[in-house]
Amino acid sequence: MTQNTAEAGVDAGPGNGSMVVAENVHKSFGRLEVLRGIDLEVTRGEVCCVVGPSGSGKSTFLRCINHLEKISAGRLWVDGELMGYRQRAGKLYELHDAQVARQRRGIGMVFQNFNLFPHMTVLGNVMEAPVRVQRLPRSQARERALELLDRVGLAEKASGYPRQLSGGQQQRVAIARALAMRPELMLFDEPTSALDPELVGEVLDVMKGLAEEGMTMVVVTHEMGFAREVGDTLVFMDEGVVVESGAPRSVLADPQHERTRSFLSKVL
Amino acid sequence: MSTTPDDPRPAPGSQAPAGQSPPEAIKAVPVRHPGRWVAAAVLLLFSAMFVNMLVTNPAFDWPFLFEQMFSSPVLIGVRTTVILAAVSLAIGIVIGIVVAVMRLSDNPVLVTVGWVYTWFFRAVPRIVLCVLFGNVAILYQTIELGVPFDNYWLPLLGFEDGARFYSVPMETLLSPFVAAVIALSLSQGAYMAEIVRAGLLSVDKGQTEAAQALGMNQGLVLRRITLPQALRVIIPPTGNEATAIMKDTSLVSAIPLTTELFFQLQQIGARTFNLFPMLVAACLWYLAITSLMMIGQYYLEQAFNRSNRGASVRGAGQRA
Repeated sequence: MTQNTAEAGVDAGPGNGSMVVAENVHKSFGRLEVLRGIDLEVTRGEVCCVVGPSGSGKSTFLRCINHLEKISAGRLWVDGELMGYRQRAGKLYELHDAQVARQRRGIGMVFQNFNLFPHMTVLGNVMEAPVRVQRLPRSQARERALELLDRVGLAEKASGYPRQLSGGQQQRVAIARALAMRPELMLFDEPTSALDPELVGEVLDVMKGLAEEGMTMVVVTHEMGFAREVGDTLVFMDEGVVVESGAPRSVLADPQHERTRSFLSKVL
Repeated sequence: MSTTPDDPRPAPGSQAPAGQSPPEAIKAVPVRHPGRWVAAAVLLLFSAMFVNMLVTNPAFDWPFLFEQMFSSPVLIGVRTTVILAAVSLAIGIVIGIVVAVMRLSDNPVLVTVGWVYTWFFRAVPRIVLCVLFGNVAILYQTIELGVPFDNYWLPLLGFEDGARFYSVPMETLLSPFVAAVIALSLSQGAYMAEIVRAGLLSVDKGQTEAAQALGMNQGLVLRRITLPQALRVIIPPTGNEATAIMKDTSLVSAIPLTTELFFQLQQIGARTFNLFPMLVAACLWYLAITSLMMIGQYYLEQAFNRSNRGASVRGAGQRA
């Protein structure tokens, strides 16, 4: 995903060192405007936590980052590359499915409902993309997968099927599966919202470990404790716009906006 | 709180102390079902009458039936029927997958072609298709490869001969067997397309998204993620289709493809003026083949369930 901006004739994206740059991003579903002008920058190594009431567009924005949703207006760059489009001499060209797929390889995503592949073993889930997409030899992919499963504490479950695991274990496998592509950016879409309360901690621990290793992360979450402890920035979204953002401690302790205050008073 | 010695109830809230033997198993008089016995007796009576008829009625002519059932033209008929059904089903499944994917694609041309195909071949009865493909030679006596519409525009340029490089007579290209395969598999493909489409739609959208997020392209997502999971939904109705097409091979005598099972048995019946035993023989053959297929389907589903346990959780998640 890196060198493409150097290609001749392609307009350069903004910002060196920025992993994600969103400029006035809009998204509508029919007449419903879900995102109404998001400006956001996530630098390399930053952990950006996005919070807000349901319906505020935070998940939609996350899905725009890896082009699972097409944005309606604005620009969105990941690692200096315009997502889903190529801009040449000021004109936008839509990318082919295969080109979008190539862009997504460097972006890992973890879903609220895990979305593990039920017809594959745990090991198969983690090996699938390296083998089929990166064309890594099976032995190497296997080694990498076992290493990652060990890291999320599930090496002994490698030959099991996803349905035999608890929710927390499934989500840890999903994280390992995303990491198997060696992404430079990880997106988390409410990764603990579908979990029983006592299973939340094990998933957050894995995410915390990732953050400590310097992974760039955008995390849509309701876990304010995680945001305060692990996040570098906290972004509060409401009704499709970023209401307020800043260092988590200061936003949580001293929100500047009335809407932030009323939201935080309900969840803290 | 204590209980009197003759009170068998345990004290409320008390738990059996550890080490105590489990309570006595329940011994109760089961509910009686006299209706079942009556029904069984009646059925037994009718069965006895039926068997009695099978044995005593001379119209069955069992020795003749079994002798003819395994005669060589009939065995050839069985072979034709089985091969024709298997080939048509196989081609039908391939067509079905292709058409289902076309109809679910975002390409309007493919969607339209897929829809028109399904619409036409589901609407026209199989026997009509058989007769139609048996008579294609009326439409084209020969098949020629060349430049399209050469007979219109080549004379304008001063050429008298058309621009055709290769030609083959229709009869060589379209033997009755080939016509039968085409008619049946085109019809089968239309039904399979709907079954495969339903199967693909049954797979949770989150599966596709997870695969896309890993950088898989559309073809890979279909081949590795959605289609394998759709099979769980596709296999049972396909078993139905398999028996249906096996029986519908009896329609191809209309092409006419005469080496087929039912036509052969009917012919023997007509020739020997002993039709009824041959009709019974047809029933027995179709029963036998269908039973074998059912056994095959059972093992296929078993094998498949072993490797594909656990359905994907339907996305219960809302997105903000």
